[in-house]
Amino acid sequence: TTGKQPLRSDNKVTIHFINRDGEKVTAKGSPGDSLLDVVINEDLDFDGFGACEGTLACSTCHLIFDEEVYKQLGPITDEEMDMLDLAYGLTDTSRLGCQICLTKSLEGMVARVPDSVADIRQSKDGSS
Amino acid sequence: QGHKCYLETLPKSAFAFPIMAITRCVSVSFSSFQACQDVEVDIYERLPVPFGLVRFGVAPDHPEVKNVINTFTQTAKHSRCSFYGNVNVGKDVSIEELQQAYHAIILSYGAEGNRSMGVPGEDLSGVYSAKDFVGWYNGLPSCRELSPDLGCETAVILGQGNVALDVARILLSPIDILKNTDITQPALEALAESQVRRVLIVGRRGPIQVACTIKMFFYCGRELREMVNLPDTRPEMVPADFEGVTEALKDVQRPRKRLTELMLKTALETPAEKEQERRNKASRAWSFRFFRSPVEILSDPNRNRVAGIRLAVNQLEGSGEGARAVLTGEVEDVSCGLVISSIGYKSLPIDPSVPFDACKAIIPNTMGRVQQAAGLYCSGWVKTGPTGVIATTMNSSFDTARSLLEDMEFGSLDVSAAKPGSQSISALLAKRGVKPVIFSDWEKINSIEMSRGEATGKPREKLLTVEEMLQVAGK
Ligand SMILES: Cc1cc2nc3c(=O)[nH]c(=O)nc-3n(C[C@H](O)[C@H](O)[C@H](O)COP(=O)(O)OP(=O)(O)OC[C@H]3O[C@@H](n4cnc5c(N)ncnc54)[C@H](O)[C@@H]3O)c2cc1C
Ligand code: FES
Repeated sequence: TTGKQPLRSDNKVTIHFINRDGEKVTAKGSPGDSLLDVVINEDLDFDGFGACEGTLACSTCHLIFDEEVYKQLGPITDEEMDMLDLAYGLTDTSRLGCQICLTKSLEGMVARVPDSVADIRQSKDGSS
Repeated sequence: QGHKCYLETLPKSAFAFPIMAITRCVSVSFSSFQACQDVEVDIYERLPVPFGLVRFGVAPDHPEVKNVINTFTQTAKHSRCSFYGNVNVGKDVSIEELQQAYHAIILSYGAEGNRSMGVPGEDLSGVYSAKDFVGWYNGLPSCRELSPDLGCETAVILGQGNVALDVARILLSPIDILKNTDITQPALEALAESQVRRVLIVGRRGPIQVACTIKMFFYCGRELREMVNLPDTRPEMVPADFEGVTEALKDVQRPRKRLTELMLKTALETPAEKEQERRNKASRAWSFRFFRSPVEILSDPNRNRVAGIRLAVNQLEGSGEGARAVLTGEVEDVSCGLVISSIGYKSLPIDPSVPFDACKAIIPNTMGRVQQAAGLYCSGWVKTGPTGVIATTMNSSFDTARSLLEDMEFGSLDVSAAKPGSQSISALLAKRGVKPVIFSDWEKINSIEMSRGEATGKPREKLLTVEEMLQVAGK
């Protein structure tokens, strides 16, 4: 395969997703991509993820992070908060994947896709 | 041919999702369960067009929400998925007939009934349910003839959920914003002529309880922010309603806390100069009226039109989110020419053979398995009640799909005998003169709608009658 530059892995950022079944799925994305871009480009199979196509209108791209990673993710807008408030199983370290931009410093981060079954239990406790 | 299991689902906005979940779960968590690779899914829908409330509920000025239609379309075009629109289950074909043709049925027929207010005057002209009003501006064929009279200055909306805010926003939005949406042409014309300048959004309890009072709908931070920032419109809150709210706020959890903070800020803070100027210049206004319950819709002297509404003044008993509204005995009359009740959608029973919990207005189920009815499943609003956004509905549909797959795997759903699936149902429908609209027929409707929209600068111009839809579909 000539003419094609080998992908320089040092330009890519590695992300570990934990899917709804608790399995680890590792993917790479370019700095500047959103986490939703990574899920789409890498064809990751998270049911219903990114339903509004990154337009901040659905909260299906909800991801949960470790505290240290969460702190590095940059500012959160009111509009993201509004959508995030509707997410199932909201935590203090939740963000919307379509709003998170990859940077080199996020190398090796872990992002957990919330489990809907556990969430139902949680939202039942919280809302009635 | 190995196992062939046919499933039948009634669609929901997220209609495609339980199906999606089935095929995907098979490869992910049920990899041992090869038989399921053969699952075929047929979707029966009463209207000739798919997508339920995503087409007929979601507000026209929220086009991003409708992006989800792209994902649904992918699923509907899956080689093992078929769509049969224009088939009214319970009428054109019975549940029993479907059960004979399929191994499993997933009922996802939404919540098409209305909660009524139960107050005198409810059937006066000028009183509408939000469900019908929304159906009217979104082109739901059954609401086409609503043609609401918008010749009055004040409109009262009962209920403070997201649907109430959608309706308020549509009533107040500058026509320039609406004209490039997929709102129907008749609605656009009526709104351009509208005299409505003031919208009161009435709720039984106070600001702290707003988010939970309206259980049937969801929390509405986005919609509230849109109202506060709506061009040519100013918020008019009653500062006294917010007494004690700041103190109470510390015990409130996010997301209710954020919603309440936004209301507080809107009600009590003096806006910056530019915002103040904007508000002063605004020609329209909206406000929340808290602690009020409707008692009676008042009519004009000829007794044929709404002229006002009598509201009972409530007092809160208890505090925080659990506080109850109790009557003080005091009443207040508000004159208005339009009353829209937005107090909830409600599911209706579909067939006497399907269990129905009339009190909760849902199909009684455990994780989507209909209780005491093997082979029957449910998802969407008919499973959960009319609450939650598309994302919530989707997640809960995945759970239903998971239940179904488990039942197939562990044998409680018997898929050993071959079933005829759509073949026998199609024959029945043909005999009864029902002409199903398949997905490629819908695509004809879709492309006509889009090209009509293009001509007027809209994303689509919806066909407004079932007859026209069928004609375009070639039926
Ligand atoms: C006014 C309004 C605005 C909303 N806005 C938003 C929003 O901005 N964002 C968001 O995330 N969510 C929004 N929602 C919520 C979202 O629409 C629902 O969560 C979701 O549509 C529920 O899906 P469902 O499948 O249960 O019901 P539906 O979408 O109602 O689907 C039910 C389908 O079943 C069909 N059907 C009914 N009876 C029969 C029968 N006998 N035979 C065959 N078919 C039948 C109906 O025609 C319909 O197509 C809104 C809801 C409303 C009411
Ligand atoms: S993809 Fe919809 S909010 Fe992120």
